[in-house]
Amino acid sequence: MDLQTLLQQMINGITLGSTYALIALGYTMVYGIIKLINFAHGDVYMLGAFVGLAVVLMGANIWLAIFVAMLACLCVAVTIERVAYRPLRSSIRLAPLISSIGVSIFLQTLMTLLKGPQPVGFPQVVTNTIYTVGLVKISTVQIIILVVAAVLMIGLQLVIKRTKMGKAMRATSEDLRTASLMGINVNAVISFTFALGAVMAAAGGVLVGMYFNSVFPLMGVMAGLKAFCAAVVGGIGSVPGAVLGGLFLGVAEVLGVAAGLGSYRDAIAFGLLILVLLFRPSGLLGQPEQRKV
Amino acid sequence: MLELNGVSVNYGAVQALTDVSLTVEQGEIVALIGANGAGKSTTLWTISGLVRPRRGRIIFDGQDIARMSPNRIVALGIGHVPEGRRVFATMSVQENLEMGAYVTKGGRKMREAMRRVFDRFPRLEERKNQLAGTLSGGEQQMLAIGRALMSRPKLLLMDEPSMGLAPMLVREIFAIIRELNAQGTTILLVEQNAHMALSIAQRGYVLETGSITLTGPAVELAGNPEVRRAYLGA
Ligand SMILES: Nc1ncnc2c1ncn2[C@@H]1O[C@H](COP(=O)(O)OP(=O)(O)OP(=O)(O)O)[C@@H](O)[C@H]1O
Ligand SMILES: [Mg+2]
Repeated sequence: MDLQTLLQQMINGITLGSTYALIALGYTMVYGIIKLINFAHGDVYMLGAFVGLAVVLMGANIWLAIFVAMLACLCVAVTIERVAYRPLRSSIRLAPLISSIGVSIFLQTLMTLLKGPQPVGFPQVVTNTIYTVGLVKISTVQIIILVVAAVLMIGLQLVIKRTKMGKAMRATSEDLRTASLMGINVNAVISFTFALGAVMAAAGGVLVGMYFNSVFPLMGVMAGLKAFCAAVVGGIGSVPGAVLGGLFLGVAEVLGVAAGLGSYRDAIAFGLLILVLLFRPSGLLGQPEQRKV
Repeated sequence: MLELNGVSVNYGAVQALTDVSLTVEQGEIVALIGANGAGKSTTLWTISGLVRPRRGRIIFDGQDIARMSPNRIVALGIGHVPEGRRVFATMSVQENLEMGAYVTKGGRKMREAMRRVFDRFPRLEERKNQLAGTLSGGEQQMLAIGRALMSRPKLLLMDEPSMGLAPMLVREIFAIIRELNAQGTTILLVEQNAHMALSIAQRGYVLETGSITLTGPAVELAGNPEVRRAYLGA
């Protein structure tokens, strides 16, 4: 692979990886707070893509589509938490996990019934100019993905670091019981966390729909699994870890394909997951789990 | 001010508290002593709303708080210094204090509360940008107390504040408790260090495997032969 190809694949990999990162954030934040692997998260991302598509088909631009998809997924995710997870919070840890698998299957089936199983094309919403910067080419769509992902992730970081609710999220994810003893409304924090994760995933769904020109009811399965791998590779519970893991997986996948491993495309993420966990069981940026007494 | 009336608590099949009744009057320091696993922390968690009693009433300032959520109980004026300090290790000292003021509306009130905590614990102000996990044990205990004070509680529940501290620090913490009380905060103090606890409390309760077995003025309890044998090592 010459330098030019390498650089080009890096750009493509970072673009793909930033969409993984957007989804991975929701897994990692929810896990950080209630130790739940939310299997329905990939399907919230799929819903985001469908909502964005519907808005675009009504003639709106991509920005409005992303915004409406974010709002819709926010409502859906908060409702899912309220209906399917919160009533199970004090039961065994496996119960909400199984419930999330149920929600996942429900959403996939619902959308298959409504929209059919076949991929739907995404109309060309932006004139996709290709710019040449030095040795590499980058398209308008790629620029949009990178900019939206960067803005959202920086925004998320500011929310978590600076706002009262963000600080409460960190306190709750460190120690839920003590957070509630301090007067933090833990239920509100959990709803807020689901909302944040859903907003990120919804944007990811619309962006991916636009990038690959395809939206379908099972699109959240593989993307969700890979994003989950990204969250674990980065260190589940760690927000910077999810971003790093997403980018890492995206670049690895694209480079792997460029190196002729195209038929193993989807296996690359899982292979990396195993490799990283062998050497760093808590992930790249994860804290080794502390036993609470 | 606080009255527990026939409170029973279960963890699944395990009965942790059986028919516990106790009162704390305004301005008092009340000590709750007992061996490991007697149910002292459970009592405090139940008052704070973290654990729901199966039976009984908990009256605070005339209201039954037994089924309220923890955040409402904090807002009513009950602060909690948890066992083992439990500061938020990955957050700064200042952020920890802000979390203590979570129910406080308005930045000005919060800043005033923080000013008062910093005046009481100057060491916390010096370290306000440091991560709480990097503080020494004594400093963490001060932070845990300061954090609970941020909501300006009328009643402070303290769960073994002397645990794991060097004797000099234990004396310092007890001096702080006495001072807080002198300035108007009512205190329910859980301790394994029964000697120290009874020396600053007006009244005390002895909890054994989930039931109150003895109660009385602190001096009387400290002189009681059974208490001396079981908890004062005499
Ligand atoms: N979350 C829980 N689930 C099940 N049982 C519990 C739980 N927390 C405490 N217990 C049990 O309830 C009983 C009372 O525990 P508690 O922590 O209230 O005692 P304690 O007096 O505070 O003890 P220590 O002095 O060790 O802090 C113990 O038998 C304990 O094992
Ligand atoms: Mg205890």
